[in-house]
Amino acid sequence: MTEVIYPQEGDRDPIVVNLRDPYWAALAAWLWPGAGHFYQRRFAKGFLFMICILSIYFFGLALGQGRVVYASLEKGDFRWPYFCQIGVGLPALPAIPQRLMTKKGGPPMFVMCERYPTDTFIDENGRIVSKNFPGKKTDLSYSRVDPDVLAISTEDSLKDGFMAPPAGPKKDTNDVLGMWHSELRHNFELGTLFTVVAGLLNLLAIYDAFCGPAILTPDQKKKLEAKRRKLEA
Amino acid sequence: MTHLFNLLPDLLSSGLVGKVTEIPRLWYSIPLIIAISLVYGATRHEHLKEIAVHSFKSLLWVVGFMGIIFAIIYVSGYWN
Repeated sequence: MTEVIYPQEGDRDPIVVNLRDPYWAALAAWLWPGAGHFYQRRFAKGFLFMICILSIYFFGLALGQGRVVYASLEKGDFRWPYFCQIGVGLPALPAIPQRLMTKKGGPPMFVMCERYPTDTFIDENGRIVSKNFPGKKTDLSYSRVDPDVLAISTEDSLKDGFMAPPAGPKKDTNDVLGMWHSELRHNFELGTLFTVVAGLLNLLAIYDAFCGPAILTPDQKKKLEAKRRKLEA
Repeated sequence: MTHLFNLLPDLLSSGLVGKVTEIPRLWYSIPLIIAISLVYGATRHEHLKEIAVHSFKSLLWVVGFMGIIFAIIYVSGYWN
């Protein structure tokens, strides 16, 4: 059990914060924003951190339609924001199994839509089939098809998975990442921003669970006052 | 089972999100500023009242700073 005591000015009682086991608290705070504070029985701050951090994280994820949080270290798509987004812990972790599943070209979990390459065809029954199959050429070239609209897959389709990296080869033009930007417009950047800020804010919450709040002691306050006076003089 | 897996993605790509995208972009800064102010205030104090006061000061500071940057960019637009 670790206790941190903050002396107060005058006759005021010192603030005592019981951090219990700070390492467990920090781990819990990382896994789920606010959980470390719940473990320390600091419920009000736990709720505050949980609501603030998770609300902007999920809002950002919704703005980006589940595509702005993904892990990719590939050349041409080095997803650095994920290193900040992973600060929220469990809510950002599904991106890792998605990355592992799609690394060698496999399909992701939770497919949201499929994209068909230019040389696919639609037959008399309205089914999408692969090239060289008799039928009418579609206008679905690299456009999204929701599973409920046409529940058929070909091996050639590129699948958008929830929190999965963009499928297909990375090119200068007309790759899936470019389509995401085109379809989501500014929401892709906004969603990334919200989720990145949420991850970074949770680092502050982890620090608070591990070390306690950064409350100024009376001595530190006096030093700050002295510095301020010097600057003003 | 597949439908169950697709529930969240379907919700995310539903019309509700489309409605949100119609909001002018400047309003998106409000939840960010509030969340940042509250979390920053919470890391500097232990009691809710002090957190609220510190957060409000941080909020004013952030909005004021953004206002100054906005004014600089707005004024500099005249020399384009």
